[in-house]
Amino acid sequence: MPEEQKPEVKPAAPAGAPAAPKPAAVMAVAPWESELTRLLKDQFPDQIAEFSTYLGQNFLIAKVEAVVPILEFLKLEADFDYLVDVTAMDYPKRAERFDLIYILYSFARNERVRVKTVVAEGFKPATAVGVHLTANWLEREVFDMFGIEFAGHPDMKRILLPEEWEGYPLRKDYPIVKQDERWVKENLGIESGQ
Amino acid sequence: MADSTFLDSTELVLNMGPQHPSTHGVLRVILKLDGERVRGTECVIGYLHRGVEKIAENRTYQMFAPYVDRMDYVASVSNGLGYCLAIEKLLNVEAPPRAQVARVILTELNRIASHLIWLGTHALDIGAITPLFYVFREREEILNIYENYCGARLTTHAFRIGGLQYELYDGFEEQVKAFCDMFLPKVDEYEELLTGNRIWIERLKGVGILNGEECKQYGVTGPMLRAAGVKWDLRKAQPYSGYEQYDFEIPTCENGDTFDRYIVRMQEMRQSVRIIRQAVEKIPAGPIMGKVPKVIKPPVGEAYVSIEAPKGELGYFVASDGTTQPYRVRVRPPSFINLQSLDRMCRGALIADVVAIIGTIDIVLGEVDR
Repeated sequence: MPEEQKPEVKPAAPAGAPAAPKPAAVMAVAPWESELTRLLKDQFPDQIAEFSTYLGQNFLIAKVEAVVPILEFLKLEADFDYLVDVTAMDYPKRAERFDLIYILYSFARNERVRVKTVVAEGFKPATAVGVHLTANWLEREVFDMFGIEFAGHPDMKRILLPEEWEGYPLRKDYPIVKQDERWVKENLGIESGQ
Repeated sequence: MADSTFLDSTELVLNMGPQHPSTHGVLRVILKLDGERVRGTECVIGYLHRGVEKIAENRTYQMFAPYVDRMDYVASVSNGLGYCLAIEKLLNVEAPPRAQVARVILTELNRIASHLIWLGTHALDIGAITPLFYVFREREEILNIYENYCGARLTTHAFRIGGLQYELYDGFEEQVKAFCDMFLPKVDEYEELLTGNRIWIERLKGVGILNGEECKQYGVTGPMLRAAGVKWDLRKAQPYSGYEQYDFEIPTCENGDTFDRYIVRMQEMRQSVRIIRQAVEKIPAGPIMGKVPKVIKPPVGEAYVSIEAPKGELGYFVASDGTTQPYRVRVRPPSFINLQSLDRMCRGALIADVVAIIGTIDIVLGEVDR
């Protein structure tokens, strides 16, 4: 993926005095405050680092140990009874390389919240299956694609790729044309699946 | 499942699929049986995995748009709409009104086409062969509209980020109206064949029950959720593309069994016609493309946008790092998540019911595996 690594060197305004500095490459978030955030702050005083909103979508960043208690609290006390999705993102240069994201929805409030956390490689976050049954396959997919194992998951194995496959394709250091050559050779009897 | 062997006399492990006509593609279900009763199932999926999410990270925003059509290939227009809305959200632009109305018409036609495929194959699985030919006849009319509009019939790539690429063709309104007039009596015709049919009722009533509470636990959405009595439809709950302007009902049932899901989907087709009729009457004049730059570079950030696809909530979680390529595109596929509830629905059912239950979930394996 050479084109992906392109550094941001293109000057926005080439001529003239150096205008306002280029906006930093971070999400331009606004703080999120509501009844719900106060409730969460009381319940989890030092576990939640940030309550933010971006493009009208609310999210919070929590410590990884607090995620499942937060999901449970949101489900029982705030009606967030539908776990829409669990997914991850890979930032290989960061010390704790993965972002783990839980998207929640409440039928009663008609509102969405994202619970985000960061996970280091090799760390096993607790499973959310005890709170939301949906998490079963969703966490298996995260494991399959990113290699994040969930502690206490009833059936922690690959879901889309073959079980003996090596490597985690959605990690950024996994090139797009890469494949598990040994698996392809042994199971398909060809040199390459490409 | 590993602990059971064929010597264990009370249990038989039966492999269904992946090459089985009623698994609607390459789905393998391992059934754990006690006589004819299903004691447990395990789904083996991934045969069609193409790494769509990985491809997205290596394409520009526009280049990835045709790929989403290949996930749920019987509802490709819905997939495209969800993706375009997600990128528009990141760019903070909106499609102009004319494009929005055209999108609604094409997406609702797509919902009908998707439900027709479901009806034909589901009925075929259960033994009713006739509806299959009927539904393909009507679906052909929808595909003709797509073909006239954009040249493609199945994987249409009908929408662009910011609006539409093509202007509506001459005679579009007339053709759509003619379809609506033709189609409603046909739904009655299907219902005449099936709804009161004794075999149909016996095979579907009380089979694969999933109540509202269980649906929420499993994240099941779409017609399955509504058949369980939860009146929830994203088009009403969080309207997009101007759905709030249209007058339509959310059909629901109470029991959450296979028969109710059939009723809900039949009603939904009628409601879709209702939406299309309203939309086609008021296609506004104006541009079809919003103000979208030629090179799409959304500001750094992430957004989750979802739509009511024919099968349930179809969501896109897109993260941008400020370059021309998305940093991450996550698809929340309704088929994948609805399929997870198969085990719950099959426990205690007969083998023959498994076929009915797989049909009633309305899965497309292209979307399950991505």
